[in-house]
Amino acid sequence: MSTRLGRRRFVGGAAVLSAGLSSGLWSVVPAQAASAMGFDDARHLLSRTSFGATPAEIRNLEAVDYTVAVDRLLAAPRREAMTPAPDWIGMGPAELQRLQKAADAQRKAGVDGKKLEVRLPVRDQGRELKNWWIEEMIATDQPLVERMTLFWHGHFTSSLMKVRYPSALFRQNALFRREALGNYASLLRAVARDPAMLIYLDGSGSVASQPNENFARELLELFALGEGQYGEADIKAAARAFTGWSVDRESGQFVEHPGRHDDGQKTFLGKSGRFGGDEILTILLAHPRTAEMIVEKLWREFVSLKPDPAEVTRLAAGFRQGGYEIKPLMRALFLSAAFRDPANRGALIKSPVDLIVGTVHVLGLPVPEKTGLVRMLQGLGQVPFDPPNVKGWAGGESWISTYTLLLRQQFLRRMIEATTVAPMDGGMRMADRPNRRADRREQLPAAEALQMMDPPRPVEGRSLRNAGAEVRLGSTLAGVDSAMLVRTLLPLQPIDGADANGTAGAVVASALLDTTYQLK
Amino acid sequence: MGRILLLVELKGGNDGLNTVVPYADPEYRELRAGIGVPRERVVQLDEKVGLHEKLAPLMDAWKAGDLAIVQGVGYPYPNRSHFRSIEIWDTASASSQTLSEGWVAQAFKGTKLAGGVGVDCIVADTNALPSTGPSLRTIVMQDAENFLRQANAIGRASAMADVGNPALGHLLAVRQEINAAAAGLRDRLRDAPPPTEAYPQELLLGRQLDLATRVLSARVPVVAIKVALGGFDTHANQMPAHERLLASLASNLAILRRNLIAANLWKDVVVVTYSEFGRRAKQNASGGTDHGTSAPQFVMGGEVKGGLYGAYPSLSDLPDGDLRHTVDFRNVFATLARGCWGQSCDFGLRQPQRLGFLT
Repeated sequence: MSTRLGRRRFVGGAAVLSAGLSSGLWSVVPAQAASAMGFDDARHLLSRTSFGATPAEIRNLEAVDYTVAVDRLLAAPRREAMTPAPDWIGMGPAELQRLQKAADAQRKAGVDGKKLEVRLPVRDQGRELKNWWIEEMIATDQPLVERMTLFWHGHFTSSLMKVRYPSALFRQNALFRREALGNYASLLRAVARDPAMLIYLDGSGSVASQPNENFARELLELFALGEGQYGEADIKAAARAFTGWSVDRESGQFVEHPGRHDDGQKTFLGKSGRFGGDEILTILLAHPRTAEMIVEKLWREFVSLKPDPAEVTRLAAGFRQGGYEIKPLMRALFLSAAFRDPANRGALIKSPVDLIVGTVHVLGLPVPEKTGLVRMLQGLGQVPFDPPNVKGWAGGESWISTYTLLLRQQFLRRMIEATTVAPMDGGMRMADRPNRRADRREQLPAAEALQMMDPPRPVEGRSLRNAGAEVRLGSTLAGVDSAMLVRTLLPLQPIDGADANGTAGAVVASALLDTTYQLK
Repeated sequence: MGRILLLVELKGGNDGLNTVVPYADPEYRELRAGIGVPRERVVQLDEKVGLHEKLAPLMDAWKAGDLAIVQGVGYPYPNRSHFRSIEIWDTASASSQTLSEGWVAQAFKGTKLAGGVGVDCIVADTNALPSTGPSLRTIVMQDAENFLRQANAIGRASAMADVGNPALGHLLAVRQEINAAAAGLRDRLRDAPPPTEAYPQELLLGRQLDLATRVLSARVPVVAIKVALGGFDTHANQMPAHERLLASLASNLAILRRNLIAANLWKDVVVVTYSEFGRRAKQNASGGTDHGTSAPQFVMGGEVKGGLYGAYPSLSDLPDGDLRHTVDFRNVFATLARGCWGQSCDFGLRQPQRLGFLT
C-alpha cells in the first residue's frame, strides 16, 4: 500500500504528505483551501509533469495551492534512479568487444546455414538497458525527473545502434538524471566529455591531424546556437578545439590526449585564441540563442506546439542570467500564464512513452516483463536509447501518422483486452463466483474493503469492454464513478461519444479509444 | 498517366560483389578467396560481369531487354551505419545532411496530385521514410484485410470544421486520411483478381508482392509501392544465407513480372531494388563481409531499357578497402522521378546526370 501511494509522494494529500515529511524532503506548507487549484489544473499539471495521473493522484493535488504544488514538484529532485542498475554497467568497451567477438564466432552456421542461438552481449545488454529505464519510468516516485531525463536524451542524442556499448549509454542516462533539473552549463560541459557522446558523434577519434567535425557541427546546430547563427569556419575551428578528447578503450571513461590536441590559434564566432573545448563551450553559453533554443524546445515539450516568441525571450533571458539553472526555468514555465491557459489543456500529442508508460500506470497494469512495452514503443517510433538520428525525436504532430495512429489504437485495444484485474489468488475461481468480491465490498466500508484485498493482477482474455458489471479495474481506477473516470482519462470532452453510461470497464475502454486520449 | 514505382528495399546491406559478379577480374578471386562465386556459377552478362547463378530467374527479363543493372551506386563520404545510411538513401540527402522528408515525397513537393482514392503510396513493409512528407498520403499496411479492419475499428472521424486545437486537428486529419484511404481501397481491393501465379508465402516478400500485385491490378492510382526483403547483413558464413536471399529475390521478382505481364500492367510499373550500402571488397575472417559502400541496383519494367549502366567499380583502387562509387544514387532517383512521374528534381546534386534506363 505505502509503495503504491509513495510513487507519487510529491503530489501531497494526507497520507502522502506525511510520507514526504518523514523523509524530510520538503518543508511543511499546508494546503490552503482558499487557493486550492481544483481538479482541472491538477490534472493538467500532472499530465505534463508525470506519465499520466490516476484519480487518487489528481485528488491529492486538487486541494493544494498551485504555486505550492509546483514548488513541491521541484523541491528535491531525485538524482539517482530507484531501480537497481543492471549488473554489467562496469564493463569496459574492450571486454565487451571480446565477449561479442567470442559470441559472434560461436554463431557459426549449423547444417542449413542457420545461425545458432547465442547470447550476444551488445544486444542483450541493450535490451536490458531499455527495459531498465522503462521500469524506472513506471516505478519512480518522481516522474518529472524521468521526463526531464528523457528530454535531455532527446536533446543530446546518442544511440545504442551507433555506440554499441550499453554501459556508456547507462552512464550518460545517469548524467541526464543527475542534471535533469540541475544546470544546463554543467550538463553541456559534461556531455562534451561523455563517452557515449564521444563515440556517437565521432569525437573519440578526432585528432589534430584529422579533426572530425561531427560533434562540432551538432554542438552548434543542435545543442547550442541553432542553424543560421554560425558558418562552416566556426565548425572547423570548434572541431580543432575538441581534438584529443577521447574514450579509454579499457575503462570506457573519458580521457584527454594532449598529444593529439590542436592547440593552435583559432577564430570562433569572431573571437580568437588558442581555444580548447571548454573555451568553445564558454563562448556558446554566452550567446543568447543558446538559452532561447532550449526554452523553445522545453515549451514544445511541456506547454504547447507553438512557442510564444515574447515569452521565450523573457524566459531565456532569465535562464541565461541565472547561470542556466534549470529548476527556476521550469518553475517559471509551469507558473506561466500560457502553461495554465485552459486553451492549452489537451494541446500536446502524447509521445509513445506518454501513451504506453502512462496507460500502464493509470490502469495499474502489472507488467513484470518490459520487453513487450519496448516493442510497442519501437512500433510507435520512440525507443529509449535509440533515437532515430542526431536530431532526436521530432515529436509534436510527427508522432501521429496513418500508420502510428492505427498502431496506437491497436496497442490500446490490446491493453484493454488484457486488463480485467482480479485478486491474486482468486483469478480462476472468480469466474465461477463472479459476484463474490462485489458482494463483499457492499458489506464493508470502501477503505476497509480496499485494505482486505490482495494486490490485483490482470486476468488474461477478459476484456474491460465485455466483462460487464463484473469488471475488475486495477486499484488505480476501482470504485471511481464513470464521470470521474472520463475526466481523469481525457484532457478534453470525448469526441467519439465515450460511453459514460456503461459499466466502469466499458467507460474506461471507450475513453482509452477516444481520439482525445492521444492528447495531454 | 505516369508509371508506378515499386521499391524493393534489401535490408542489411547487400553484397554487390557476389550479386553482380566481376567474374573475370583476378582481383575478385583474391579478395573473395573463400566466398567468391566460382566462374561456373556465374550467369554471364558480358565478358566481365555476370549474375550469381541464384539470380537466373531474372534472365527472362534480361533477355527481353527489360532489366537494367546500374553498377557501382553509392554516394560520397559513405556512412557505414545501417540506420544512418538507409536514412541518407531514403531522404536522398548528402552524407553530412539530415533531412526528414523522403525522396519520393520530395519529388512531389508543390505538385497537386489528381484526386486519387485517398492514398498515394502503399508501404507493405514497415519503413515508410521514402514517401514520408506532406506532399503524399502514405498508408503502411502489411495486409489489406488487417488494414481495413483496423480502419473500421477506428471509426469515421466526425467532421469538425475548426477544432481550435492544432494537436487535435492533426489527429482528426490523420484519421480522415485513414478513412479516405480505407474507403478508396475497400471495394477495389476486394474486387481485385488474385495474382495469376501465387507467390511463395514463407517469406514476407512474397506476401508483400501479393499485396502489391493486387493493388496494381485493382488499378489503385498510387505513385509508389514499397516492399522489403531483410537479412542481407551477412557478417559471418555468408554464402548459404546470401544465396538463399538472392534466390528468393529473383524468383519473387520473376513471378511479379509474369503476373504483371499477364495483367497487362508490366509497362506501367518500374521495379527498383536498393540497399543501404554494399559490403567491403575483401571478405572477413568469418567467411562473411562487413559494411561497405557501393553496390549495383536492379531496375525492371516493361518500359525499362535493359542493359548495364554505370561503370563497375575498380577492384584495384580501394580507398580504405572499399569500392569507389561510380554512380551517385541520387542520379538513379532523379531518373526514376522523371521517368515514372515526369518530375524534375536534382536532390541537391550540383551536376545531376540522367541515366538512360528510363525515359
